Amino acid sequence: MEEKDTLIEVKNLSKFFDVNKGMFAKKKSYVKAVDDVSFIIKKGETLGIVGESGCGKTTMGRTLLKLYEPTAGEIIYNGKDIANLKNNDMLPYRRKMQMIFQDPYASLNSRMSIGDIIAEPIEIHKLMNKIERLERVRYLLNKVGLNPEDVRRYPHEFSGGQRQRIGIARALAVQPEFIVCDEPISALDVSIQAQVVNMLEDLQDDLGLTYLFIAHDLSMVKHISNKIGVMYLGKLVEIAESNELYKNPLHPYTKALLSAIPVPDPDMALQNKRIMLEGEIPSPIDPPEGCRFRGRCKYAMPKCAEAQPELKDMGGEHKVACFLY
Amino acid sequence: MEKLLQINNIHTSFQTHAGEVQAVRGVSIDLYKGEAVGIVGESGSGKSITMMTLMRLLDNNGEIKEGEILFEGKDLVKLSEKEMEGIRGNDIGMIFQDPMTSLNPVLTIGDQISEPLIKHGKMSRSEVRKKVIDMLELVGISSPEKRMKQYPHEFSGGMRQRVMIAMALICQPKLLIADEPTTALDVTIQAQILELMKDLKEKLNMSIIIITHDLGVVANLCTRINVMYGGIVVESGKAREIFYNANHPYTWGLLRSIPNPKLDTKERLIPIQGTPPDLLKPPVGCPFAERCDWAMKICFDNMPENYNISEDHYSACWLNHPDAPKVNRNDDGRDN
Repeated sequence: MEEKDTLIEVKNLSKFFDVNKGMFAKKKSYVKAVDDVSFIIKKGETLGIVGESGCGKTTMGRTLLKLYEPTAGEIIYNGKDIANLKNNDMLPYRRKMQMIFQDPYASLNSRMSIGDIIAEPIEIHKLMNKIERLERVRYLLNKVGLNPEDVRRYPHEFSGGQRQRIGIARALAVQPEFIVCDEPISALDVSIQAQVVNMLEDLQDDLGLTYLFIAHDLSMVKHISNKIGVMYLGKLVEIAESNELYKNPLHPYTKALLSAIPVPDPDMALQNKRIMLEGEIPSPIDPPEGCRFRGRCKYAMPKCAEAQPELKDMGGEHKVACFLY
Repeated sequence: MEKLLQINNIHTSFQTHAGEVQAVRGVSIDLYKGEAVGIVGESGSGKSITMMTLMRLLDNNGEIKEGEILFEGKDLVKLSEKEMEGIRGNDIGMIFQDPMTSLNPVLTIGDQISEPLIKHGKMSRSEVRKKVIDMLELVGISSPEKRMKQYPHEFSGGMRQRVMIAMALICQPKLLIADEPTTALDVTIQAQILELMKDLKEKLNMSIIIITHDLGVVANLCTRINVMYGGIVVESGKAREIFYNANHPYTWGLLRSIPNPKLDTKERLIPIQGTPPDLLKPPVGCPFAERCDWAMKICFDNMPENYNISEDHYSACWLNHPDAPKVNRNDDGRDN
């Protein structure tokens, strides 16, 4: 296997949100949405991020694109730290990094024709003249499997799957290198999901794109990703090559999460021993000291309450943050 | 086993500005006592409308055109609104998809759960209270005395779905209808709720109809599965038959388009091309014909009959006609 270049290296990235701001706040608290997360994404690869709702996966994706100002840490894109760049310096990087949103009904402006929607990023980056722009929009529509004659139509005339294709065309408009896909298929029907996933894979091969694929559907994530990171309450608890993670999960949370997937096979479902997690994900406002999973973990030891486990390399790029190892 | 419910050839339509939408076009489903049956299909396939028809909860512009729904021998279609009220919530309970929006934000959980009891039964206040506490305990909500005085916003998504289940079960219905009960929940919470439903089914000897688009959910819970498409049931049978011996091309497509997390191979997914039919102008023939790789001329012109594949396994596909060519489901003639 050839060694691929690193496209993005995230070092100790954190994003805290203030709650209880204001003059009369008794005490300042933070939502530690993303807390000290580090990972690498190689060129042309897909990193999947999974976790329950509220674990910070979306915030992480958005902070990576600097849609949120990171609280601490570095985002090294192609060798340059972009974490502290201001608006104007950031602009060239914005072109290279795009995003596909979760809800295809909410992420398209219903008052703009789809031609205008897809052309907007090109306009903002002042890349082409009007004629070239139209040509590009038609090319993109064709690329995502829609009819190029549809440029004058409006979002309401399209189904959910088609709208998601429009969202993808918009992300591709400025020839990005890196795309954050924030649950791009969870709002779609099963038979349409496969269409969109296949298209994302084709586009990756064609255009050499790099993806960060955020989802809570664990079987789709496994299908599309080279590597998968598991997040829990703002922390990256495990990261590994995707087959390795599913075959040999190490963190107790990953084990429980994987065993909770309903297997689409009645015989396997009978054999499948579920590891039931008690309770729900705790509030990320002032999360527990030590390991954040310890309240729901059946292996919790006294040590887990005292210190936070660091990500530890178990060999073969399989890293886990747990005192059991 | 005894049949609890028999839906026979139900047709439901809605009058809209654009014309008549024939959402359900002849659906028949049987349900035995103590059994869990799944209805799978995409949005717009008519699965929720079939259940709304059963509950007689259609919007004003909806109408049952034809068919009968026999529940313990009574035809629900013919009942008056008053008689139906006696059955709804009492004999048939329902859980809705979105636990965030189906609870009333200005009533306490206890009030909402006890509402069907007060409406249907003649119980004293203290009896009602005790029953609500028992029910909250049964669905796994801790410290029920305290929790029943709280409002929905004080509950998380999974907990709200438990409240919905408690509400649906409080009158000990013979039938529980669950419309996508876990779609809005995380996998770990989904697993908890499914276990709970399985458990309660055994404990209360209840029948369950579960509507979902997640084949994983039905594989875990249901003994029989109905696959719906374009307003009709295209295939029905025992869960194992549907998963291992599917007959209808739409079912094949569904099974192929989801990755199996237990398998190592990274095969390319095979999506079903195209989009579901427009039920304003429903196709004359098989609703799936337009997206089907094996469609023949007859598929576009005539609605297929229901062919009996094996015991209790039916498929509405012309490929089962004795004169039809034999096809191999893995050979779809496409390069994928």
